[in-house]
Amino acid sequence: MNDNNNHNDKIIIKGLNFYYGSKQALYNVTIAVKENEVTALIGPSGCGKTTFLRCLNRMHDLYAGNRYEGEIILDNANILDKGLDLIKLRSKIGMVFQKPTPFPMSVFDNIAFGLKLNGISKKSELAALVEKALKDSALWDEIKDRLNESALSLSGGQQQRLCIARAIAVQPDVILMDEPCSALDPVATAKIEDMMTELKRNYTVVIVTHNMQQAARVSEWTGFFMMGEVKEFDKTQKIFTTPSNQMTEDYITGRFG
Amino acid sequence: MTRELFHKALKDLEDELLKMSGMVSEALNSAMTALEKRDMALSEKVVKNDIHINQKRFDIEERCIRLIATQQPMAVDLRILAAVINVITDLERIGDHSEGIAKISLSIGNAPLVKPLVDLPVMAGKADSMLKRCMAAFVARDIDTARRICNEDDDVDALYDAIYSELVMLMVGNPKIIKDATYLIWAAHNLERTADRVTNIAERVVYMVTGKMEEMNVSKY
Repeated sequence: MNDNNNHNDKIIIKGLNFYYGSKQALYNVTIAVKENEVTALIGPSGCGKTTFLRCLNRMHDLYAGNRYEGEIILDNANILDKGLDLIKLRSKIGMVFQKPTPFPMSVFDNIAFGLKLNGISKKSELAALVEKALKDSALWDEIKDRLNESALSLSGGQQQRLCIARAIAVQPDVILMDEPCSALDPVATAKIEDMMTELKRNYTVVIVTHNMQQAARVSEWTGFFMMGEVKEFDKTQKIFTTPSNQMTEDYITGRFG
Repeated sequence: MTRELFHKALKDLEDELLKMSGMVSEALNSAMTALEKRDMALSEKVVKNDIHINQKRFDIEERCIRLIATQQPMAVDLRILAAVINVITDLERIGDHSEGIAKISLSIGNAPLVKPLVDLPVMAGKADSMLKRCMAAFVARDIDTARRICNEDDDVDALYDAIYSELVMLMVGNPKIIKDATYLIWAAHNLERTADRVTNIAERVVYMVTGKMEEMNVSKY
């Protein structure tokens, strides 16, 4: 864990409320995500942590009737503004899901896909960026000879790292991870956790996890969600040794949940 | 409560800790009784039984390590385990101090004591009382009592000063008793250290409850 407290606020969330139709799922969430650090979100199922994560790149816009209130400030702009270019936003804020979601195409094309969408077509440039993304996701050495094979032939852990490579290939500022290791074995999990330590040099990472030990291992900041509210947000070290809120204490020690 | 087995294991661990502090308290009282009454058999028993205290410490430490490895404790549970690991170290050392007093008694052998013991039993009684109340504070998570106990260490230090001065004066007056009087100073020193160890335990009670490590009363020795 890193005690460096000098990082800037990358995303500032102020008074965020979110509604699935008439049902309110988030209540007045106000936190700041620090640049080049890992922020973990924990809490029992249904507490709103994934709902919150999906607000950060406006994923909820995919379904009608969902509604946001409040502000999510990224680079001095409120990403909840109606006229916002969502494609641009999602190239700035990448996302990795619980289960690996490789496209049914080659390893190379999986990563080149987003790059091409962003207007890069020169082969040499594509090859260089694919290689960089695979190196940054600690996958290059394992699969550099299999770039033309189907991504579906990779192991689960490799597929998930491929998805991370795909997310970082377009050089986002922020990477959102929704339980990225829950479908992986301990070895693959350890590789992704190690990779997060490397990733935060260049990216800001927000991770939702049910695995509290994982939150403790990889993050600098932890937010505890409960019934749509952030009950406690603090340094990870503080949350897991001496939390201020009794609910946090009861949750992380397994006295409820 | 969702982790019942783990929390029962923590409760069992505290029960074992109390058993160990009971063994230590008994060793302290027996060592002092043996010294006062010149009971060689009882002194030998204290020395012999120290191995059981040491074994208990290892058993409890192993339980702590097993729980850390298998249960990944967090927050207060983690602090309980960290506190227990430290407390058993201090208890084990208090056991050693008691063993030290028993060995002093054996070294004095059949020779009469250089003076009737007055302040030494008072010192031992205070140290033992501090220990018992400190362990009760551990169980009750009572940081006010823990803090008060730390302040009582000053009384034990003052008794040590008085015993030391008295014995030095006796030695000055009668150099023939230097050896046996020095034995009694050692016994007093063991009791003084015992009280210091209890303040360490009290600090762990405060840490366990608040998460803050505080040096609460620095002994003058």
